[in-house]
Amino acid sequence: MGKTFSEKILAKYSGKKEVVPGEIIEVTPDVAMSHDNTAAISKTFASIGVDTLYNPDIHVITLDHCVPPANATFAQNHKDIREFVKKHGIKHFYDINNGICHQVLAENGHCLPGTVMTGSDSHTTTYGAFGAFGTGVTRSETAVIMATGKIWFRVPETMKIVISGELPKGSYVKDIALHIMGKIRSDGALYRAVEYTGPTAEKFSISERMTICNLAVEMGAKVGYVPPNEIVYKYLEDRAQKEYTPIHSDPDATYDEVIEIDVNNLEPHIACPHTVDNVSTIGDVAGEPIEEVFVGTCNNARLDDLAILAHVLKGNKVNHDTRLIVIPASSRVMIDAMRLGYIDTILTAGGTLASPGCGPCMGNHLGVPATAERVLSTSNRNFKGRMGNREAEIYLASPHTAAVTALTGKISDPREVPVDWDAIASELSKATLSPVLVKA
Amino acid sequence: MDTIVKGRVWKYGDDINTDVIFPGKYTYTVSDPADMGKHAMEDLDPEFADKVQYGDVIIAGKNFGCGSSREQAAVCLKVKGVGAVIAPTYSRIYFRNGVNVGLPLITHNKVQDAFEHGDEIEIDFEKGEIRGKNGVFTFPPFNEFVFGIMNSGGLIPYTRKRLGIEE
Repeated sequence: MGKTFSEKILAKYSGKKEVVPGEIIEVTPDVAMSHDNTAAISKTFASIGVDTLYNPDIHVITLDHCVPPANATFAQNHKDIREFVKKHGIKHFYDINNGICHQVLAENGHCLPGTVMTGSDSHTTTYGAFGAFGTGVTRSETAVIMATGKIWFRVPETMKIVISGELPKGSYVKDIALHIMGKIRSDGALYRAVEYTGPTAEKFSISERMTICNLAVEMGAKVGYVPPNEIVYKYLEDRAQKEYTPIHSDPDATYDEVIEIDVNNLEPHIACPHTVDNVSTIGDVAGEPIEEVFVGTCNNARLDDLAILAHVLKGNKVNHDTRLIVIPASSRVMIDAMRLGYIDTILTAGGTLASPGCGPCMGNHLGVPATAERVLSTSNRNFKGRMGNREAEIYLASPHTAAVTALTGKISDPREVPVDWDAIASELSKATLSPVLVKA
Repeated sequence: MDTIVKGRVWKYGDDINTDVIFPGKYTYTVSDPADMGKHAMEDLDPEFADKVQYGDVIIAGKNFGCGSSREQAAVCLKVKGVGAVIAPTYSRIYFRNGVNVGLPLITHNKVQDAFEHGDEIEIDFEKGEIRGKNGVFTFPPFNEFVFGIMNSGGLIPYTRKRLGIEE
């Protein structure tokens, strides 16, 4: 009988002939990512009582959650992490000048098909964009991986989402993800692996794969996964940290559930306060005033996202009752965006730019909303208090919806200001540092 | 872990996320477990941290602990003395956190209607029983591997034991 991607990779890594859903196995990951929480993790590691890391080379550490540090406590965290990195000879360390962990790991070729990757961050499901088994673990678990190299997993059941059709203008992969979310809700994929397949998913760009896998965890998934193909292999040329062997599900694998999504007539979607699965089509909430538009985060702040934003803003001004905060996902994205003129356009239109990192996504700094304010964000989470103020409301939508909303000051249908996708694609093909439109 | 837990019920709804259990703005500024307890459930139930007693039990709806992977969302309940959480389902990372910090998370979908906020409750982990005014409810034993971690007091003591490091 055929096996799914998750069953195959967990069997391989646990040294078993085969594993079945529900089984508990132990593996050694290829990569164990941690970020600003490494300060806390390092203290937990110290409490275990071993002196050296099991393998310093599997640890990838990034500083991104509050960069540059907003206060002395964050600064001390960073200092502690730098000392820990030096002491243990961790070579894969990305300081505050790089960007958001998930983007930085992708750009630096750590995300590889057929590998097991953990992260002390829930959005580690993003790595499935590259055909990796990427899943979020806890701080203590990363500390234990430091000590023993081992982590336990329950072999997940797998849900397959077959995506077909051509997205209409104004709708994006974010809208597909929000549509699925509204359909199956925040626990619709609980404990399970989610495979995004079908003719539309096969053609997803690197950026689109990352956006949809990033949101898998918001449905409760253990991993998101788009079967890797030439688009991924091409992206990894001259980038992969090591050799890799892709793993694909068998054609006759057993799925727990199969959902089919036709995107031919998909409307732009929006997640309303205060849960990600509180999803509407844009028409239902259009007109709602918005005081802050935030284009940023590991979900939607890559070069293609900034390109769409800039194309909408070009020659226009951000509404005087609205603030637009833009935080590129990484320094590479920011440099490419500067070279292509997007940053110029965004600032000229009245946007505010901050340095690459997570920004206000979880309320640390750089755009915490005031009481009773409404935010439209391109991020992945809109829980009460998420951006640092429980009396604020957060809506989630695509960068195109965010851009048009910034112009009007109220939730707006992105189709009101269409963008010339051919022109954008031609510009993006010139990007050298953070390519998103890799052609197979 | 305690084999018998006895206290009162704190009842909450579906999809209680980690941002309301332990607000994200404290994740890098509050590092002492006791201080984490002070912010437990802050954005959901501001009375909780002041009034919860050792042995109290949270009974919640589906998908408890969804959202961020933050361990503090399990630690803050553990240090406040919460004896167990009972919910029909948990977010997977929250479940791991519960195991790893030694906070028992019981998966059960029948007790939600049998208890009101403030009711007395008793849980017997050896017998696998939840007892209250409306009767006795049973739950299956934890997976052996998982129980081993919880019973050692969490992942860190378990790992120390495994590595042969003396307490």
